[in-house]
Amino acid sequence: MDWETVIGIETHAQLSTVSKIFSGAATRFGAAPNVQACAVDIALPGVLPVLNKGAVERAVRFGLAVGADINRRSVFARKNYFYPDLPKGYQISQYELPVVRGGSLSMLVKDGEKTVRLTRAHLEEDAGKSLHEAAGNAHSALSHGMSGIDLNRAGTPLLEIVTEPDMRSAEEAVAYAKTLHALVRWIGICDGNMQEGSFRCDANVSVRPRGSAVLGTRCEIKNLNSFRFLEEAINYEVRRQIELLEDGGTVAQETRLYDPDRRETRSMRSKEEAHDYRYFPDPDLLPLDISAETIEQIRSELPELPQAKRERYQNDFGLSAYDAGVLTQSRENAEYFEDMVNRLGRPAVKACANWITVELAAAVNRAGIEIAQSPVSSEQLAWLIVRIDDGTISSRAAKDVFQALWQRENIAVAVLSAPRPSLHSSVKSAARDDIDNIIEQLGLKQISDTGALEDVIVQVLAANQKSVEEYRAGKEKAFNALVGQAMKATKGKGNPALINGILKKILAR
Amino acid sequence: MSLSLPEVKRVALLARIEITAGEAEAVQGQLNNIFKLIEQMQSVDTRGITPMAHAQDVAQRLREDRITETDQHALYQSIAPQVENGLYLVPKVIE
Repeated sequence: MDWETVIGIETHAQLSTVSKIFSGAATRFGAAPNVQACAVDIALPGVLPVLNKGAVERAVRFGLAVGADINRRSVFARKNYFYPDLPKGYQISQYELPVVRGGSLSMLVKDGEKTVRLTRAHLEEDAGKSLHEAAGNAHSALSHGMSGIDLNRAGTPLLEIVTEPDMRSAEEAVAYAKTLHALVRWIGICDGNMQEGSFRCDANVSVRPRGSAVLGTRCEIKNLNSFRFLEEAINYEVRRQIELLEDGGTVAQETRLYDPDRRETRSMRSKEEAHDYRYFPDPDLLPLDISAETIEQIRSELPELPQAKRERYQNDFGLSAYDAGVLTQSRENAEYFEDMVNRLGRPAVKACANWITVELAAAVNRAGIEIAQSPVSSEQLAWLIVRIDDGTISSRAAKDVFQALWQRENIAVAVLSAPRPSLHSSVKSAARDDIDNIIEQLGLKQISDTGALEDVIVQVLAANQKSVEEYRAGKEKAFNALVGQAMKATKGKGNPALINGILKKILAR
Repeated sequence: MSLSLPEVKRVALLARIEITAGEAEAVQGQLNNIFKLIEQMQSVDTRGITPMAHAQDVAQRLREDRITETDQHALYQSIAPQVENGLYLVPKVIE
C-alpha cells in the first residue's frame, strides 16, 4: 500500500531572558547545581510567582513574526503531574487561552515553497533536571539507588510552539525546524543552542493510506535536540508504523524516545490522557492582559524578517533563490552580506553573494562553524574583492589569499577567542593591510605594468605565428590560445584584462 | 454526574493520595455531594457571559527581567533530607 506520513511538531524554545519566568533567579547555563534555584523555583510554601515582562515581550515578538493573533487576554494554568524535578507538583503553563494563536511559517523545500500552519504558542516554565549517574564515582549516592535533582533549570521561561499536522516527510519536518530555529534567533528571543537544550523538538508522527482524510494513530517522539536526530527518528518511526500496520497490527498512541546510538525509537510510557494533567487556571496568577500599545511597540521594534529579506534580495538585487536563501539563513549571514554591500556598493552585490555562498560557505562548512564565527571578516572579504576589481590579483589568486587568511586567522581566533571589534570601528583599515600583506607574501600580485606585458606579448606572438595567422584568418579561438600562452609566460600573474587589450591592439596593427 | 468507585480510586492515584477501600467509599459519598452542588450551579443559564479566569477581576502585573535572587542553596538545603554536591537526593527515578 502507498502510505502518507503526517507530522506535527512541538518545539520548546527557551526564551533568552536573564531571569526566570516567575522569579528573579538567573537563567545562565552551566551554573553549579541549585545555585540558581530560589525559594519560588524550589516551591517553598507561601511563595508566589510574578510574571517576567521580558518573557511576555518575547512571546509577543514571536507571534508578530509569524503573523499570528496575539490574545489580548491569556491565562496561566496548572498542569499537574508528579516527578521529582517538578517541585510544585505542577507546571505553570497555558492551556485554553495561550498568548499566541495561529500564524504560519514558510520555507523552501525540494518542491518549492512550503507553508506550515501554527496552532498556537504558549508560555510555560521548564522543569529541573534529574541526574541518575555519577560518572566514575562509586561512592556517590547516585551509584546507590538515588537520583540527584538540580533545580537550576526549574522556572526557565519556555515558549512552546505547536504546529498543525502539516508536514509530510522527515525532510519537511527538518526544513520547518531549521526555519523556526533561524527565526527565533533572528528575532532575538532564543539563543537556539541545541546542545544546551535551548531548542528542543517533539515530533508527532502518524501514517495513513494515501488519499485518506482520517489521521492515523500518532506517536510522540520526545526531546529531539538535533536536526539529524529529528530526521532519523521520524524516518525510523515511519518505517516502524508502516511495518506494524502492514503486518495487520495497530499503532498504540504513546510517547517514544529516540536512541541515537541504536538509531531507533522506543516506548517511554503510554501517553497519559490530556485530562490526567487536570489543567485548571492557576489561582496564583491573574490573567495576562496585553495592551494594543504594547503590541504595536513590539511590532515597531521587529527587524526585517528573513522571508522579507529573501524576497528583497531576489527582487532588488537580482539574486537567485538559492543565494538569497543562504544569505538569509541567519541574521548574521545577512549582516555579513549587507556589510560587504555597504562597503562596496550595489555593483558588487553579485560578487559579494558569490564569495559568501561559495568560498566562505564551503570553508565554514568544513570547519563546522557558522558564518558569524568566520575568521575572515566581512571587511576583509570586501577588500579582497576590491583587489580583484582594481587588478591587483586575479580571481584565481584571490582564492589563495582567502585560504591563507582563513588559516592564519583560525589560529589567532582559537588562541584568543576574543570578540572581534566592530567592523565599522577601524579607522585605518587593518583589513586592507591584512589582504595586501598576504598578497605580497604569497607573491600573487598581478603584472599590470603595460610595458612589461607588451614585451612578453611580443615574444609570445613571435613564438606562435600559426595562431596569429589563424586569428587573422578569422578564427576567434586562436585569440584565446594566445591569451593562454601570455598567461603562461607570466606564470599566471599577468592581468588578463590588460593582456587581452594589448593583444588586440598589437594584432590590429 | 457522579463518580464511580474506580474513578475515585483513579483520582486518588493521580493525586498520590493513599486511601483504603473504606475511605474510598466515604470519599465517594462526599465527592458526589460536591458534584450535586456543582450540578445545581450548572443549572444557571450562563449563555453570553464570559467566564472569569480568576476570582478577582484584575490583570497580572509584570516584573522587569532582572536578576534579584542570590545563591542561597546551602540555606535551603539545610532542611533537605539528603543532599550531595549541591544536588537534592531522591529515591532513584528512571523512566
